[in-house]
Amino acid sequence: MSLLDFFIRNRSEVLQLTFEHLLLVLVATGAAAVVGIPVGIVLTRRASLAKPVLAVANMLQTIPSLALFGFLIPVLGAYGIGRVPAIIALFLYSLLPIIRNTFTGINGVDPAVREAARGMGMTDWQMLIQVELPLAMNVIVAGVRVATVISIGTATIAAAIGAGGLGTYIFRGLRTVDRTLILAGAVPAAIMALGADFALGSLEQLLSAGKTRTSQTWRKWVLASGAIAITAALVIFLSMGAWSSGGTRVVVGSKDFTESRILSELMTQTIETKTDIKVAQATELSGDLCHRELVAGQIDMYVEYTGTAFTAILKHQPISDPRAVYEQVKRDYESQFNLEWLEPLGFNNTFAILVRGDVARRLQLKTISDAARYAAGWRAGFGQDFMSRQDGYPGFARTYGLKFAEPPREMDLSLSYQALANGQVDLIAGNSTDGLIDKLGLFQLEDDRHYFPPYEAAPVVRRETLDRYPQLRNAINSLAGKITNEQMRKLNYAVDGERRDVKEVVREFLAPL
Amino acid sequence: MSEPHNYAGGGSAARDSPSEVDSAIQFRSVSLTVQNGKPLVDHLRFDVVRGETLVLLGRSGSGKTTTLKLINRLLEPTKGEVLVEGKPTIDWNPIELRRHIGYVIQDTGLFPHFTVERNVALVPRLKGWPEQKTRERVRELLDLVGLDAAVFSGRYPRELSGGQRQRVGVARALAADPPIVLMDEPFGALDPLTRAELQREFAALTKRLNKTIVFVTHDIREAFTLASRIGLFKDGQLIVLATPEAFAASTDPEARAFNESMQS
Repeated sequence: MSLLDFFIRNRSEVLQLTFEHLLLVLVATGAAAVVGIPVGIVLTRRASLAKPVLAVANMLQTIPSLALFGFLIPVLGAYGIGRVPAIIALFLYSLLPIIRNTFTGINGVDPAVREAARGMGMTDWQMLIQVELPLAMNVIVAGVRVATVISIGTATIAAAIGAGGLGTYIFRGLRTVDRTLILAGAVPAAIMALGADFALGSLEQLLSAGKTRTSQTWRKWVLASGAIAITAALVIFLSMGAWSSGGTRVVVGSKDFTESRILSELMTQTIETKTDIKVAQATELSGDLCHRELVAGQIDMYVEYTGTAFTAILKHQPISDPRAVYEQVKRDYESQFNLEWLEPLGFNNTFAILVRGDVARRLQLKTISDAARYAAGWRAGFGQDFMSRQDGYPGFARTYGLKFAEPPREMDLSLSYQALANGQVDLIAGNSTDGLIDKLGLFQLEDDRHYFPPYEAAPVVRRETLDRYPQLRNAINSLAGKITNEQMRKLNYAVDGERRDVKEVVREFLAPL
Repeated sequence: MSEPHNYAGGGSAARDSPSEVDSAIQFRSVSLTVQNGKPLVDHLRFDVVRGETLVLLGRSGSGKTTTLKLINRLLEPTKGEVLVEGKPTIDWNPIELRRHIGYVIQDTGLFPHFTVERNVALVPRLKGWPEQKTRERVRELLDLVGLDAAVFSGRYPRELSGGQRQRVGVARALAADPPIVLMDEPFGALDPLTRAELQREFAALTKRLNKTIVFVTHDIREAFTLASRIGLFKDGQLIVLATPEAFAASTDPEARAFNESMQS
């Protein structure tokens, strides 16, 4: 999914997070200005205080932001996460540039002007208000500008402690290795920083211009309002663009492995050939992110496996009857999430416990129970998904009494195949439809104790989406039962083994249908 | 109105103030010593007579500017006292004292963010004059210093030439009609032609205005153009205080050095 598509689809969330971000920055730098400017003024009156105060402010700024957030968590107790510590941290960072610029700005006023002001009989207060502050204002604004730009950048990190803002996208993107998401947070933050820099920079120019020529003053105002207008236009463009084209798109999500991507492409091409609905794809959503984004309305559908939904999402104890599992998840999804399970696609992608082919032959391994005897000398590597789910590693190890030489290594699913083939690990949990099984000469051990529940693949779609596009249900159901385990393994192999383009592979597959 | 020239004794050094003289400013054994022990000015004893233009002459660092700042209490004596209108400066409210005394400095000290009008109107407004009176006064003063109010009122200092800026500086110092005006090398940064022009105009102006003026310069020609009396400073001391005629005839080596510099 392109960045623009993302913005259009998620316009309300983008605006919401942008607003949150802006609020964090405005409150923090606003407070820093309210405190920092008077402090800077006091320092010009009490020269002995200047050094220690500036040193403290300087020191505050050298603390890495993540460390400062971490430090504030215990200090603030109940307020340790969320907006409060974020604003406090941003406030502390903003103090230095504001105090320093106020101090140097006022001290930088021409001594002749200062002497004249005193000689004319101005009180200290009159001199401050009428002479020093107006003449130092552009330098002070420059300090506020620096503080604001720093805050806009630092505020992205505040998402780490739940303060919201555009950092939310960046962190989500980092977790799921989703470049679009990272950009979705970084680009608006960068635009905001540039906008603030330009707007406050224009104000700064304007304030120094006031000392020179009136005719230029007018030009600066035009520049400043131009900057504001451009920023406003961008925001309006983003929301307008969303209104005009957002209504005709459906987003298909996919998890972070090949099969999910193929199925997502399969859905996409099927919908696009059978209806006039435009489709976008959100790929690389790992773990249960597909489910969460579906519930949140960020995607409209994805292909899920019944077993995954049954145990990992609905938290039921695993059972082995495929029909019972499907019926149960269909009912529960409707009542709990307002999501609808369409017809299963045909194949069952259960976890495949894999060892190297030569090892299986040498040790004459057929079942997992056979292999369990050798496990004490083996290392295992599992994807994050397998490690954390109900029907994953803990129950699996218990059922077969498995104990490995060292705790299983948690690694990227696709890397684990390679790790197994290269001998870095000796046992992995792959997928039964995986094309790499054949290509790498791996051997699938039989689940002789029927630990793994059925994993029938079926599309899950938001109710709202089906209501909005009635033609969608029939289009997708045309694929019901059309894909066998063998076909799926071939499709996977075409992409993983033969390195062919997903779109092309799917197009070939759909052509005879 | 007394005649200032009558009692400016020829060639003599500073002397105590006679009580019968109408003195606007009196220095009574005034010293100002800074922390390292070196006196900036040492035992100053002289009067500034009401209505005269006293020019303080001397090399850089001789104590002229320090003397000037002692009058409007930008500096305070460490010994002795300075009387303005018969009252020691330390007994004056400094703000009130300064608003009573006009002040012009070399770099003019015009506020760069104020227009000419606001610069000139500064002290009247600080004193809370009615707006109408202030405006009339600004026009009057710009006229007095030879600037067309219609043209210059709205301009900023940077839009003026050096000579124009000094005229505005003089107008500002005179705005609230102070009886005393202090001027610290006001024409020092100007080109020779402009300086001569302003000196001539200023000399004419002082005759009309009847102010007590203390004028600091290191330019002997300027001193002769403007002064009713010349006070010569050397190393923080007032070594000659005399009318221009008497000064020209002085046998003091420093005075002769200055006099000779004029002939070269």
